Amino acid sequence: MSTILKTLNGLWSLIVGLKVTGKEFCKPWKTVHYPRQEVANIDSYRGHIDLVALDENPLEARCIVCRRCEEVCPSGCISIEGHAPGVEVEDRDSVRQLLMISNVFLPGSVAREPVNPGEKILRVLDDFRLNYNLCSLCGLCVQNCPVSSLTFSEDVYLAGKSRSDFEFNLLQRLKDRAGAVKFKKAA
Amino acid sequence: MTQILELLMHPLALLVVALVAILTFIALNGLILVYVERKVAGFIQRRPGPYEVGPHGLLQPIADALKLVGKQIVMPKGADPILFWAAPLLSFTPVAICLLPIPFGPNLVGLNVNIGLLLVLAFTGINVLALCLAGWGSNNKYALLGAARAVSQSVAYEIPLLLSVLCVAFTSGSLNFSDIIETQSHGMLSWNAFSQPVAFFIFLVSALAETNRAPFDMPEAESELTAGFHTEYSGMGFGLFFLAEYSYMIVVCAVASVLFLGGWHGPFLPGPWWMLGKIYALILLIMWFRWTYPRVRFDQLLNICWKWLIPLSLVNLLGTAFIINLVR
Amino acid sequence: MSNKPYFKLDGDYYSSRFSEAGKQEGDTLILNLGPQHPSTHGVLRIIVELDGEYVIRAEPVLGYIHRMHEKMAEVKTYVQYLPNMGRVDYLHALAWNWAYVGAVEKLMGIEVPTRAEYIRVITCELNRISSHLLWWGAYVLDLGGFTPILYAFDDREKIMDILQIPTGSRLTYCYYRFGGVSSDLTESFLTKTRDFIEQFKDRIKLYHDLVTGNMILRGRCVDIGALPVEMARRYGATGPVLRGSGVASDVRRMEPYSVYGSLDFDIPVGKIGDAMDRYDVRLAELEQSVRIIEQALNKIPDGPFISPDVPERIMPPEGEVYFAVEGARGKIGVYLLSDGTARPYRIKLRAPGYSNLHVFAELARGTILADAVSILGSLDLVIPEIDR
Repeated sequence: MSTILKTLNGLWSLIVGLKVTGKEFCKPWKTVHYPRQEVANIDSYRGHIDLVALDENPLEARCIVCRRCEEVCPSGCISIEGHAPGVEVEDRDSVRQLLMISNVFLPGSVAREPVNPGEKILRVLDDFRLNYNLCSLCGLCVQNCPVSSLTFSEDVYLAGKSRSDFEFNLLQRLKDRAGAVKFKKAA
Repeated sequence: MTQILELLMHPLALLVVALVAILTFIALNGLILVYVERKVAGFIQRRPGPYEVGPHGLLQPIADALKLVGKQIVMPKGADPILFWAAPLLSFTPVAICLLPIPFGPNLVGLNVNIGLLLVLAFTGINVLALCLAGWGSNNKYALLGAARAVSQSVAYEIPLLLSVLCVAFTSGSLNFSDIIETQSHGMLSWNAFSQPVAFFIFLVSALAETNRAPFDMPEAESELTAGFHTEYSGMGFGLFFLAEYSYMIVVCAVASVLFLGGWHGPFLPGPWWMLGKIYALILLIMWFRWTYPRVRFDQLLNICWKWLIPLSLVNLLGTAFIINLVR
Repeated sequence: MSNKPYFKLDGDYYSSRFSEAGKQEGDTLILNLGPQHPSTHGVLRIIVELDGEYVIRAEPVLGYIHRMHEKMAEVKTYVQYLPNMGRVDYLHALAWNWAYVGAVEKLMGIEVPTRAEYIRVITCELNRISSHLLWWGAYVLDLGGFTPILYAFDDREKIMDILQIPTGSRLTYCYYRFGGVSSDLTESFLTKTRDFIEQFKDRIKLYHDLVTGNMILRGRCVDIGALPVEMARRYGATGPVLRGSGVASDVRRMEPYSVYGSLDFDIPVGKIGDAMDRYDVRLAELEQSVRIIEQALNKIPDGPFISPDVPERIMPPEGEVYFAVEGARGKIGVYLLSDGTARPYRIKLRAPGYSNLHVFAELARGTILADAVSILGSLDLVIPEIDR
């Protein structure tokens, strides 16, 4: 007798299941039709890093070439070139020499130099390359930047056909952006 | 001219015409059912289903079919070439014969024979042979396990299926589909589904198992056997199995609507529309099952059959026979 | 040197070792489940010997997604190793984040601000819910039910949207930092979490209606793979697998870390440890996580989200430390040995899935193949975590 009751109970559970799926059948879709619609959470998306410009000069980055981001990056996707004012830019080796002395470029150490808000910028950024192929988007570089010169970009639909499409020259991007803004203002 | 007409009226010519019509019907229905299945699955899961090919994805099944036809046909090393290729054909061809004796309207029947019911039951049995060959011929362990499951499942479930069908045969006193429909022509309440609810229930459950549909899709249980008996089939080999599965769904649903739901009888609309409507209502129900339930375990499946359905259908049959005797 | 070739054409090292280890009498079949198989969730490989449909022996083969996470730690600085933790177990990434960050904090004696602790609790529990949801869907999928996983994904997407706000990523989070978290919770995060929690309670009801009560599912779970406590202890099983056997073992309660001690929650336990008990425990844990999040949302204080006195250069003193947290799959432990330099000398990651998996070989013996799949699913395995 109890077996029969149990079976009837079980059969009822099957009908309950049908009711659930039947109800869901009549409700509207939950998925987003991609090319025609967009998801609602794009604003919190974080893309690859980008340089932030100085407030007074949109063509120049805030970066002080302290190389903290380069050091902290787990995948080694950032490479920076910079020079101290007064040194010829073409003379790469001497720039390196100079930076190493002023920067305590010890193996395994993070370049640590007290950064005061009023301190004069010692170095000028020449080149900021990002190899986005290697990046794991951990955000350590952004967090460790002492002058908030790094931010996340927002291009959700970034796509490319080859590896080289993801090797960015961030300084150039910054200048392009500034140029675009200027152009817009002029127009 | 009269000679040609006479030739066309020859029973054999009619049979050929009917077969061609049925094959067209099957192919069309295969396409429609693939679309319907995917749309039902999509709506139940709160997504649109196929959408991009044609308006609301209507042409998706055609694209799928073209893809299947265009794919390279691969046979695994060590497979038996004859059995391997015979299996999908053997699975598909009996379907046409199964649909022959089923009346879709007052006069719309391919082959009006006295033993129509028997014919259908006999030819659906061939499908299991096809699955068995597919499993054996593909030289694959998963396929072999799937085939073993298919055989024991089909053999077990043919018994309650037969017993439940017998009840209807008893009450209507005929194995001819047209005669069985005739007994249900007096409105909805004269349907066998109401005079034989237990038999209807058993028939539905057994039909699910016979057509290997979820929750009884043991032979192709993909989380256990990857794809069961058709693991090694690609392209049209798989396509034929797929088509056969949907065609058997149509066959069992057509038989169910003839035996239990009054066939083509219904108000207002002409008979064939009612028949199609009933078939599709049953198919939708089966799809609804599939997208709701998990899969039954293999031994439980056989337990349900041997411990519940067969005794139940036997009791039902005895009761039916007893009442018929009393009435007489 | 033995003359035996390491690789054979008729099967690799593992399969030949398996068949040499003693093929049973009679007509048995050795079947390779995986590395590519629908029910092994990734690249786990299981060699089983079948007699008909009955499993005689089963042996898991690991290492198909071994990425040397432990070795990697030895060549990276402490900070650089952070993103690795999100990739060990991508389903409960934040718990791994926490285990590593916690170990370093313990060794260096860093105080974590209270607000940061609450942020960690909220995000980690959200992550636990999403992990359990994925398990639930995938388990029912293993048993042949197609629809539940999409309902689970619906809720999981919402959690990922919420967690995307502070973390910036959707799966492999790298959010916790030494002494806090990388960014503060915003107002939109808090309101969205509250909304989600409210509607999620109804969803749990729907899950129970659709799946838990279902006769077919109960037939596949009840009395399948009953795990005795003694055996669970022998293999070192933790988490829902151990709790399903009736042991109320939860790191959050046994060795309270962070602010879990001040939060009120139950530890659901099963009775006999079958697949159904493990299922029930996980679904009950969903409700408990909801409870924890609700309390944490009410209690979260103002303050800094990261401790201001964390040294910029992470160089823990010489010594060793072990720190464990409760992940969705059990006890996640990080053992850290420091030699006082900027890089860890050795890190050992205790992955709960590794211990839980090994229960399978013994549980599966003598069951039907379909039951073996059910048992495997009920252990909630994440292969990258097992291989590390």
